[in-house]
Amino acid sequence: MDYLLSLVIFFPSFGAIILGIFLRAENIESNKNAKLLSLVSTFATLIFSLFVIYNFNSDESGFQLVEEYEWLMGLNYKVGIDGISLPLVILTTVTMPIVIISSWKIENKVKEYMICFLLLETLILGVFCSLDIVLFYLFFESGLIPMFLIIGIWGGNNRVYAAFKFFLYTLLGSILMLFAIIYMWTVSGTTDVPSLMSFNFNSSGFSLFGYSIKGGIQSLLWVAFFASFAVKLPMWPFHTWLPDAHVQAPTGGSVVLAAILLKMGGYGFLRFSLPMFPDASILFQNFIFVISIIGIIYTSLVAMMQTDIKKLIAYSSVAHMGFVTLGIFSMNQQGIDGAIFQMISHGIISAALFLLVGVVYDRMHTREIKFYGGLVSRMPNYALFFIFFTMANVGLPGTSGFVGEFLALLGAFQVNKLASIIACLGIVLSACYALWLSRTVIFGTITNSRLLKITDLDGREKLFFFPLIVLTLVLGVIPFLILEISSNSVGLLVSNFVENIE
Amino acid sequence: MLHFIIFAPLLGAVFSGFFYKKFNEKTVLYFTTSLIFISSVFSWITFFSLDLSSIERIILFKWMESGSLVVNWEIRLDSLTTVMLTVVTTISAFVHLYSLGYMSHDPNWEDSENYKSRFFSYLSFFTFTMLMLVTSNNFVQLFFGWEGVGLASYLLIGFYYKKSTANKAAMKAFIVNRIGDIGLALAIFSTFYYVNSLNFDDLFLNAPIIAEKNIEILFFKFNALEFIVILFFLGAMGKSAQFFLHTWLPDAMEGPTPVSALIHAATMVTAGVFLVCRLSPVIEYTSVASNVIVLVGVVTALFAGTVALVQNDVKRIIAYSTCSQLGFMFSAAGIGFYQAAMFHLFTHAFFKALLFLCSGSIIHSMHHQQDIRTYGGLRKKLPITFYSMMIGTLAITGVGIPLSYDLFHLPIGFSGFVSKDSIIEGIYASKDESAFVYFIFITFAAFLTSLYSWRLIILTFFGEYRGKREYFDNAKEDSRSINITLIILSFCSIFVGIIFYDVFLGKKAEYFFSQSIFLLPSNTILSDLHYIPVWAKLTPLLSMIIGALIAFIFYVQKPNLPKVFSENQNILYKFLINKWYFDEIYNVIFVKSSKWLGNFFWKTGDEKIIDGIINYISLTFIPNLTRFVGRLQTGLIYHYAFAIFIGLVSILTYFLVSMGG
Repeated sequence: MDYLLSLVIFFPSFGAIILGIFLRAENIESNKNAKLLSLVSTFATLIFSLFVIYNFNSDESGFQLVEEYEWLMGLNYKVGIDGISLPLVILTTVTMPIVIISSWKIENKVKEYMICFLLLETLILGVFCSLDIVLFYLFFESGLIPMFLIIGIWGGNNRVYAAFKFFLYTLLGSILMLFAIIYMWTVSGTTDVPSLMSFNFNSSGFSLFGYSIKGGIQSLLWVAFFASFAVKLPMWPFHTWLPDAHVQAPTGGSVVLAAILLKMGGYGFLRFSLPMFPDASILFQNFIFVISIIGIIYTSLVAMMQTDIKKLIAYSSVAHMGFVTLGIFSMNQQGIDGAIFQMISHGIISAALFLLVGVVYDRMHTREIKFYGGLVSRMPNYALFFIFFTMANVGLPGTSGFVGEFLALLGAFQVNKLASIIACLGIVLSACYALWLSRTVIFGTITNSRLLKITDLDGREKLFFFPLIVLTLVLGVIPFLILEISSNSVGLLVSNFVENIE
Repeated sequence: MLHFIIFAPLLGAVFSGFFYKKFNEKTVLYFTTSLIFISSVFSWITFFSLDLSSIERIILFKWMESGSLVVNWEIRLDSLTTVMLTVVTTISAFVHLYSLGYMSHDPNWEDSENYKSRFFSYLSFFTFTMLMLVTSNNFVQLFFGWEGVGLASYLLIGFYYKKSTANKAAMKAFIVNRIGDIGLALAIFSTFYYVNSLNFDDLFLNAPIIAEKNIEILFFKFNALEFIVILFFLGAMGKSAQFFLHTWLPDAMEGPTPVSALIHAATMVTAGVFLVCRLSPVIEYTSVASNVIVLVGVVTALFAGTVALVQNDVKRIIAYSTCSQLGFMFSAAGIGFYQAAMFHLFTHAFFKALLFLCSGSIIHSMHHQQDIRTYGGLRKKLPITFYSMMIGTLAITGVGIPLSYDLFHLPIGFSGFVSKDSIIEGIYASKDESAFVYFIFITFAAFLTSLYSWRLIILTFFGEYRGKREYFDNAKEDSRSINITLIILSFCSIFVGIIFYDVFLGKKAEYFFSQSIFLLPSNTILSDLHYIPVWAKLTPLLSMIIGALIAFIFYVQKPNLPKVFSENQNILYKFLINKWYFDEIYNVIFVKSSKWLGNFFWKTGDEKIIDGIINYISLTFIPNLTRFVGRLQTGLIYHYAFAIFIGLVSILTYFLVSMGG
């Protein structure tokens, strides 16, 4: 299977092309076909990705299943995976079928909607698999377009504003990254990621307009990449696009955004910033810690005051991403393992939470927290799932949410005790907003007469929650499954890093 | 067998939670209850057949591995574990049995709502997590159990989810516990920092080495070991509702009464005491931290005792009493008398569960009235409850024959007498500089215990009935499972002290705890205990008698005295009835301020400052922007983007295919 990885990456867009070319009519029948076809192609991608796991050797720490071809203008097409990217690839392929099933009730421009999602999947997988920095950039940037369309076309009332905010924010971040990439190319003469990792970018300080710049070129490059990843993740204070994007996006869009797109930022830090600019990373370590901590506390507090369920969860996402950056920049095994695990776990849990919001939104067409209350008596299954994922979200041990936070904080404590101590406050605050939300929405008695006829989850809805519940529990009890995949590559990353700065 | 003890409750929880529809609800409840009973029998077998010469460790499977960190799901079996196993499973079994009767009809639910199976599922789930906690062999599994019982407690406090007070109390319990959990988590991180492992034994072995080290945070320098122990103790304070973190426990009484008996009296809240005893190999090397433990214990014992004096809700009185008794245990553990702490934990579980279940029986027969001002004269109406509660009170106040140990080498008295008096005597015997001060305060706390306990008994069972007549007339003890439970627990409350004295504090104690509790050679409280002056041995009993006498004068002889007193000492009374104003102060300091901050960050931070800057930057793009929007609406940009995109993808595919060949 020489093409296995490319097959996984491009299979969804293959589905999209078929949809685009052959599906012409605009009626219920063809809508249904569009949904079915996309379900099949995402599901097939999932199956293919399982083969990737099968062929993956977790004892090796380098890149595997590498494919390399020449491409336009001397550019290279090079893909491959290691223990850092594989969990994210699987996360993507697992999430997408769920997204498609959850979008089953979309009636407006179904074909285009499905094409967007299928292309998006290809682009995301491309980001995680690219081993050529220009290729990475292409995937990374093009991912903007389908997401922009998803928010801008199928979004809520204020969708255009949200779509543009999303677009501008992320685009501005990436322009700097583009300059950095071009510079790196000219200096090192290669766009190959493994070669760039071993290339030593100059880190001796120089002065610019009278200001001396510590860490020299490396620092500048680091900042350029940081701009892009910090927006994507998002880190405080670059996070304000996220709540708006989430609130306006359709449920499926929110799920992809929270579960997968955000992870590109964390992945970027791990793939580029840390291995390529080790000196600058050390230089900026405390800076990252500070904004991570501010992010955790600040956004948790803001989450507590929200009146819109989706916005609350969006802010909670930002807070959880704070643990990711904290873990990554602790630059030790536990911290980075924790960060990767946290990304996967947050992918599962936030997907479930946004789906849960989608369920009541579909029925009542509002996300006002005050509108709801006492749902448990009408929707016992829904209440059960809601409480389950709330608990996973606050990081209760036994669920996947615990492992990532625990390891990330443990790792951070080894390098900066104060940072870890303050970040721990986040676990209290997360309990505050999450339990408050479930208390208000789920418990109590129904006071709103419009809720008296609300129906519990139907079979389709249970179907997409079921795998998420299983994953949350399994990864909570045997997180070893993912840690085993990632630990060797992380070990290599850490040891290279230590070597480089010495 | 050990596996069965731990996982049978989980099986019960799953069975009763998810399969009640498949089977008859009643079958499910009986099945779950019998599982716990078997579990309890097995625990007792384990207790008596335990090999005391070594610690047994059974690895179940790997949990996580990250670099040098390896954590397993593991069972550790030593004497501390077996004590907890027996306490947890026994009380849990009786509470299950009791609940069969207590929950059979609940006015808060309709019969169609299947609340019973849900209740039993939670109870069993709690038992499982508690067992995971006490059998853990590393700090991460301990943390799992720690938060797991927190979850069970949250679910059970909020069991009556239609009541908003119950929901609030549940949330409060979870959040306050989480504050303690931060301490526990940080202690775990520090442990890893120093010993590069999270297994108990690695920390225990290295304790003397860590005691030499210092930890620096910001500009402060602490002794590393003291720092770790204080953080662990913070976790213990949260779970065991000690001073400053106690506010959740009284509110937790919103849960059904069997829950209060099991979780908020007998087992979960004693997890903190268990943790401190478990950490004896570490605490023995500390001085500041162990003093903090004693101090917090003593203050809590006193504080909770004073508040219990004036409360009117029967369950809240017992809740504050629990708080106070936990203070006793911590003060014992803090001075290094871990055996007594564990012994009091053991006896307290029986008599406190008994007291709670008695109050449940009263509440059950009084149409869910909980205010003792509406009780009175219930002695004749509820005889079984009355005698049981009398026994519970005799036990908690510590009635027994002083000096009996010196005479017969066996202490004779109710279970609370045996354990609590040992604590008080142990504090007197300890070599701590301030031991005498602690002794005086803790004796005073014992006096308060007697006072509020007898007040409760007198106001409930003696005098004239003061509530609604119809409630009184209908009051009866008609549930067999409730009565049986009360009778059995009454017997336990009388005898467990005498029976197990030898194991915990007597001749066998040294051997019994040889593997699980570590004592420095200088710690000789266990033997010094018997050589304290006679007057010191008599003081606890004396303070108990004075307390009972005052209660008698106040509530039987001159019933208007309390009223006069509260009016004369209005400020003190208000202070006490408002529980030292903790809730109010916390509300201002934490709740209001964080809400204000949250709002400020949102409205000013996010919307004004950050978005303001973004908008300012994008102003420069506005002319282009509007044109862009126009295009979006015509759908042009949409097709445009699509074309680019599909082009890109097809080029990629083309090269893929042609190069690949």
